[in-house]
Amino acid sequence: MSTVYPVVVEVTLREGIADPEGATIERALPALGFTGVHRLRAGRSFRFEVEADDEEAALDVATSLAERLLSNPVIERASVRLGGP
Amino acid sequence: MTRVGVVVFPGSNCEYDAAAAVEDLGADAQFVWHSATDVAGLDAIILPGGFAHGDYLRPGALARFSPVMEAIAAFAARGGPVLGVCNGFQVLTEAGLLPGALQKNRGLTFLCEPTTVVVTSTRSALTRACHVGQELSIPINHFSGAYTCSDETLAQLVDGDQVVLRYRNNPNGSRDDIAGVSNAEGNVVGLMPHPERAMSSLVGSADGRTLLEGFLRVDVPAP
Repeated sequence: MSTVYPVVVEVTLREGIADPEGATIERALPALGFTGVHRLRAGRSFRFEVEADDEEAALDVATSLAERLLSNPVIERASVRLGGP
Repeated sequence: MTRVGVVVFPGSNCEYDAAAAVEDLGADAQFVWHSATDVAGLDAIILPGGFAHGDYLRPGALARFSPVMEAIAAFAARGGPVLGVCNGFQVLTEAGLLPGALQKNRGLTFLCEPTTVVVTSTRSALTRACHVGQELSIPINHFSGAYTCSDETLAQLVDGDQVVLRYRNNPNGSRDDIAGVSNAEGNVVGLMPHPERAMSSLVGSADGRTLLEGFLRVDVPAP
């Protein structure tokens, strides 16, 4: 019997790939009074549910989806985990 | 008469400019809807600029899965000339038909301005009517136009003479000033500048004609 597994995928730019969005946010921080905040990287997350027989099968589907569509492996890295909303 | 397919995705917006440009050069333009599964009868294919599938997720990420892309990949594999302009370039990189990726511009600025590009290779379908070192004024109009690739890919591009055009004054943070690249064979080419918008001195430049004339000098692929 299949179960519904909630999944979270986080996509961030690979180390060494310029992140103009993160850099712009970081530059704005001192003006807001935030000092000492460094290495800010922007990314995005995706949440969805996968119907599968077990956790392993759910992770396989989510990982394939993350690598084929949700991220561009040329410049991005995706992390996939099972988890709540 | 050379028949050029201009691919139309939901959200494309430069298809009429592209069609008008190739017809101005004596070719016959034919729109190809993104759900088409067959590109038979076409001598060349252009993926125009715009926002295919709304640019949701990433520019080109969803367009890559449009049914027509499989037919275009097969057309390209048998040597058919394929040109991606701006969003079309983004689609070709996402589809794996061209190396690298296009990122948001340095400084997160949308750029709409004339640029000077320098021809760095004449072995591509787009630049075969040019000479190396030739400078062309072609406008850009994009937010995600910074060409990015790994060190390894860059070395392959340079060694394989696949860097087709470079910006004279890099406007967007593209790696190695790259404005356009080709595949290893040279028949698939992508560039961020819009040659179809540089077809007459009345609009500031007619330099796009040199590029598109070369592209339309089609070697018809075997079916």
